[in-house]
Amino acid sequence: MTETPLIGDYSTPNTELSGARVGVVTFPGTLDDRDAARAVRLAGAEAVSLWHADANLHDVDAVIIPGGFSYGDYLRAGAISRFAPLMDKIIDAANSDAKLPVLGICNGFQVLTESHLLPGSMIKNDHLKFICRDQVLRVENNQTAWTNQYTAGQEIQIVLKNQDGQYVADEHTLDELEGEGRVAFRYVGWNPNGSRRDIAGITNAAGNVVGLMPHPEHAVEAGYGPDHTGTDGLGFFTSVLTTLVGGAK
Amino acid sequence: MPRIVVDVMPKPEILDPQGKAIVGALPRLGFDAFSGVRQGKRFELTVDGEVNDAVLAQAREAAETLLSNPVIEDVVNVQVVED
Repeated sequence: MTETPLIGDYSTPNTELSGARVGVVTFPGTLDDRDAARAVRLAGAEAVSLWHADANLHDVDAVIIPGGFSYGDYLRAGAISRFAPLMDKIIDAANSDAKLPVLGICNGFQVLTESHLLPGSMIKNDHLKFICRDQVLRVENNQTAWTNQYTAGQEIQIVLKNQDGQYVADEHTLDELEGEGRVAFRYVGWNPNGSRRDIAGITNAAGNVVGLMPHPEHAVEAGYGPDHTGTDGLGFFTSVLTTLVGGAK
Repeated sequence: MPRIVVDVMPKPEILDPQGKAIVGALPRLGFDAFSGVRQGKRFELTVDGEVNDAVLAQAREAAETLLSNPVIEDVVNVQVVED
């Protein structure tokens, strides 16, 4: 991937963490792959571009499925991407003993629910409009591969932008998610899309697969947010590196 | 050429925001007889040749795995239509 200059002054990445390879998947119609790759680099790891038609995962240590409109969101958001050749590899690796860490952001979250790596589904926002706003989230579970650098109950502010962001699941599934602490993030202040129980993101039982609608990769450099200092999203990317180095999860 | 029609509808318990928007618009145009709208999808699968049991079985499996998402949608109809 061609290196894009980083904005601002950053210290040298932690060399202990810098050997990790984090794959960023691109489907036709993906938009946020470059931002996700930048976030990976800012956290101190190597970003590896993965193409949806690739036959293997190129020995990456973790995978990010970024946001956008894969296959134009035709049929259903994320539905066609789920059947891409690379997704079979990701599903197998996520479910294997190695528990490959997988993060799905926005359209990536929709791909993860369509893949049944995460339960439930996303439907159109209850107000029917595309929405783009600064969104406050509460970190409900800081024990996952992607959230361990946050504190439980911490409130973070990152951008939200989506059309099909309403998280739905049946009551049994919702009770199960709540009971097992698998609601990873909840909307604070206002529920921007009608999601059940204010759920913004969830994790699988093992904690290696996490999906959320808002975009942490857009809040990793100074310049974002009301006071232009927002880097609240960086914790996702430092969390997975800590997971990989520590061998946890 | 024969076609197989697959109809998919949002599950009854799932809020259908598109249907809600449509039912709100109907009275503005003078259509006041309708209290609810649900918007679904119709797929037409064209078959080169005859629709036998194997082809129909493929259509049913495609309907359940790709054309619908069982978490939020039901396949309500799989039907052969001859032109």
